[in-house]
Amino acid sequence: MPFEILEKQELVPTIYLMKISAPRVAKKAQPGQFVILRINEKGERIPLTIADFDREEGTITMIFQTVGKTTAHLASLRAGDELLNFIGPLGNPAHIQKEGTVVLVGGGVGVAPIFPQTRAFYEAGNRVISIIGARSANLLLWEDRMRAVSHELYITTDDGTKGHHGFVTDIVKRLLEDGVNIDRVVAIGPPVMMRAVAGVTRPFNVKTIVSLNSIMVDGTGMCGACRVLVGNETKFACVDGSEFDAHLVDFTLLMNRLAVYQPEEKIALERYKCEREGCLC
Amino acid sequence: MREGGMPVLERQKMPAQDAGERITNFNEVALGLTEKQVIEEAKRCLQCKKPQCMKGCPVEVKIPAFLKYVAEGDFDNAIKEIKVDNALPAICGRVCPQETQCEQACILSKKGASVAIGYLERFVADHERNKGVEAPHLPEPTGKKVAVVGSGPAGLTAAADLARMGHSVTIFEALHEAGGVLIYGIPEFRLPKEIVRAEVEYVKRLGVTILLDSVIGKIETVDDLLSGFDAVFLGTGAGLPSFLKIDGENLSGVYSANEFLTRVNLMKSYRFPDYDTPIRKGKHVVVVGGGNVAMDSARCALRLGADEVTVVYRRSEEEMPARAEEIEHAKEEGIKFRLLTNPVRIIGDGKNWVTHVECINMVLCEPDSSGRCRPMPLAGTEHMIESDVVIIAIGTSPNPLVPRTTQGLEITKHGTIIAKEDGATTKKGVYAGGDAVTGSATVISAMGAGKKAARAIDEHLK
Ligand SMILES: Cc1cc2nc3c(=O)[nH]c(=O)nc-3n(C[C@H](O)[C@H](O)[C@H](O)COP(=O)(O)OP(=O)(O)OC[C@H]3O[C@@H](n4cnc5c(N)ncnc54)[C@H](O)[C@@H]3O)c2cc1C
Ligand SMILES: Cc1cc2nc3c(=O)[nH]c(=O)nc-3n(C[C@H](O)[C@H](O)[C@H](O)COP(=O)(O)OP(=O)(O)OC[C@H]3O[C@@H](n4cnc5c(N)ncnc54)[C@H](O)[C@@H]3O)c2cc1C
Ligand code: SF4
Ligand code: SF4
Ligand code: FES
Repeated sequence: MPFEILEKQELVPTIYLMKISAPRVAKKAQPGQFVILRINEKGERIPLTIADFDREEGTITMIFQTVGKTTAHLASLRAGDELLNFIGPLGNPAHIQKEGTVVLVGGGVGVAPIFPQTRAFYEAGNRVISIIGARSANLLLWEDRMRAVSHELYITTDDGTKGHHGFVTDIVKRLLEDGVNIDRVVAIGPPVMMRAVAGVTRPFNVKTIVSLNSIMVDGTGMCGACRVLVGNETKFACVDGSEFDAHLVDFTLLMNRLAVYQPEEKIALERYKCEREGCLC
Repeated sequence: MREGGMPVLERQKMPAQDAGERITNFNEVALGLTEKQVIEEAKRCLQCKKPQCMKGCPVEVKIPAFLKYVAEGDFDNAIKEIKVDNALPAICGRVCPQETQCEQACILSKKGASVAIGYLERFVADHERNKGVEAPHLPEPTGKKVAVVGSGPAGLTAAADLARMGHSVTIFEALHEAGGVLIYGIPEFRLPKEIVRAEVEYVKRLGVTILLDSVIGKIETVDDLLSGFDAVFLGTGAGLPSFLKIDGENLSGVYSANEFLTRVNLMKSYRFPDYDTPIRKGKHVVVVGGGNVAMDSARCALRLGADEVTVVYRRSEEEMPARAEEIEHAKEEGIKFRLLTNPVRIIGDGKNWVTHVECINMVLCEPDSSGRCRPMPLAGTEHMIESDVVIIAIGTSPNPLVPRTTQGLEITKHGTIIAKEDGATTKKGVYAGGDAVTGSATVISAMGAGKKAARAIDEHLK
């Protein structure tokens, strides 16, 4: 049962949007959940967050960054092509209710998964403050969409080409120091960023939620590849998460475990490039 | 069958790939008897009036009847006879623990060596598959719809039986391929996937629809299913891996057997980089456990190219739950066994990579309630085993996803679904069987449960 790609778009360099026809998944999808996909028979199963869904249209939209072989291959596909497997929705839905003031932090490609939650918190009647960051202005994602569902929006770039020159954490810190009454922070982005956000909010005792992107295989609690340490307890990110209390997460372990296959990933990517570009290695 | 009265005590030997050769490939180890061998072997059967062998088989295959056909060289009728009770003989012939089931019960096992029932079952099933299985006869549709969750042996058997009764059956499978443990757990060299696929094809030819990539509890709940189906069978297995709960278990290089075997079998990482899924190929691999899962993990690790693979098991060889043939094959292949040894801690290099497993020697004390001897650590015997990959194969329990999302479906404190002998659960219209109910058991017992539940569901639908 292949899944058709309805739309593919390069949003900013190395970051792509892909809309898939998957009516059964769309029917049940909720903010905070993810899918696992496999391109073809030889492909790896990779998890991607549901960045948007449309139940009527029966579609799921993902935003992904090319980091290795599978995401590079995915980026080379076009509307009309098909994915062999598309499994979801997986993981627990984000916990969305009226909290008061919620700060949503998205770093890099993490802006995509933070968007449906931002919209949901906005619609649930919260005061929504969003902070989105990127390395550089040209890599900034979905500013318009985020602005439409936020009461306040801050932008940061590492190189200062747009918005605040610095990191998303600088803004979080400033808000807290300025005494803004924040009921909840949700941060999604690279593990270093999530760890930094947790570090900033911890002294202020503000509930902080992160979405852990550990390596996954089945996504159903069967393999334990995705295990993370939260409050000194081993949890499976795919079924117990992927959202966890940031103040309890062992980020060092997460990062170490994300690096397990680095040598193999390099081989896979180089080989893929060779095949596409036809070199003689 | 026997000529001159005395039974032939010598049993036919299963030809196998040479140990030195086979550790370099994933091809099937046991090569299968020749036609001449099977006829000789079947002739050893005494055709007992009260065949003990059948009592040892959880689904009571009519063993003497099929052996009689085999002895006459009538393989077509032999397979028909088996299939009355066992829908997956090519699989059971290969993976049943015959030495504790049919063959242990065979009267000849006391006199020397039992009839090699498993080898013969395998032969006739392969014979049929190679010839091309006849198209099944499809009954009048009853108009009733049944959902089966999980496509392991329990789910496949229940689905096939229900379809033969005329019900419209849909299987929902979480993974991208059907077969359950037969696909993701048991390696190619023990059970070629082509055989599992052929069985799945046959179930499809019975009119069963298989929806892959469908995690029940997520894409649909059991309660959702009940609004579109007249009954639901849960064959979700026992796929949740247990860990030792010791220090160092989250180090890089430490796998659950489920992850290791899923990468190797389902994702074909032994063919990386032709297949995309990577796996850590260790030099010194330590496998913790003594069951089939441990043997499979150890033998896969060896085939991936490890220099040394050590199985660490806390009891003695006698208590090892693995099939005798697998232990023997593992030994032939050079796998080391450290028995009466238990890990206490896994040690890393400071960069989160595993380097050693610290173990302690164990002694066996009096048997516990399970009849096995309870091992106790022997203080002061701590020692290190060098290791860059550790595989934890100490058991699994049922995945809580379905019970958690199903109203009124009760489970035991071990997480197994509460079900009656016929599979009926605490929820009306919902039946369950296989590992999901018993905890990790065997292929044939899961099939037996699927069969019983199919009968009960049929009654329920009348
Ligand atoms: C719940 C979850 C949601 C995610 N959502 C998104 C998203 O919305 N957008 C996005 O761009 N990325 C997302 N990711 C990360 C994405 O899955 C990885 O970037 C992708 O698997 C990389 O595959 P690759 O072959 O291209 O790269 P590789 O070269 O294989 O790996 C690059 C890096 O990606 C990580 N990775 C590799 N394999 C896996 C795997 N099977 N599962 C998880 N991580 C892996 C590792 O850290 C690795 O070092 C998510 C991950 C998780 C667990
Ligand atoms: C490595 C290994 C080796 C073994 N070797 C032997 C052997 O040699 N001999 C022997 O007799 N037994 C052996 N066993 C045990 C045997 O395989 C099991 O007892 C048997 O497979 C149980 O069958 P089942 O149908 O109950 O479950 P499984 O085979 O576990 O199948 C369950 C299926 O349900 C699916 N599922 C689970 N949850 C959901 C959900 N929520 N939605 C949809 N689908 C779901 C799973 O993906 C899986 O495909 C072995 C087991 C393992 C792991
Ligand atoms: S199904 Fe298994 S136990 Fe029964 S006769 Fe066949 S091999 Fe023996
Ligand atoms: S018990 Fe052994 S000898 Fe007797 S019928 Fe069964 S297989 Fe034949
Ligand atoms: S990905 Fe396998 S248990 Fe989470």
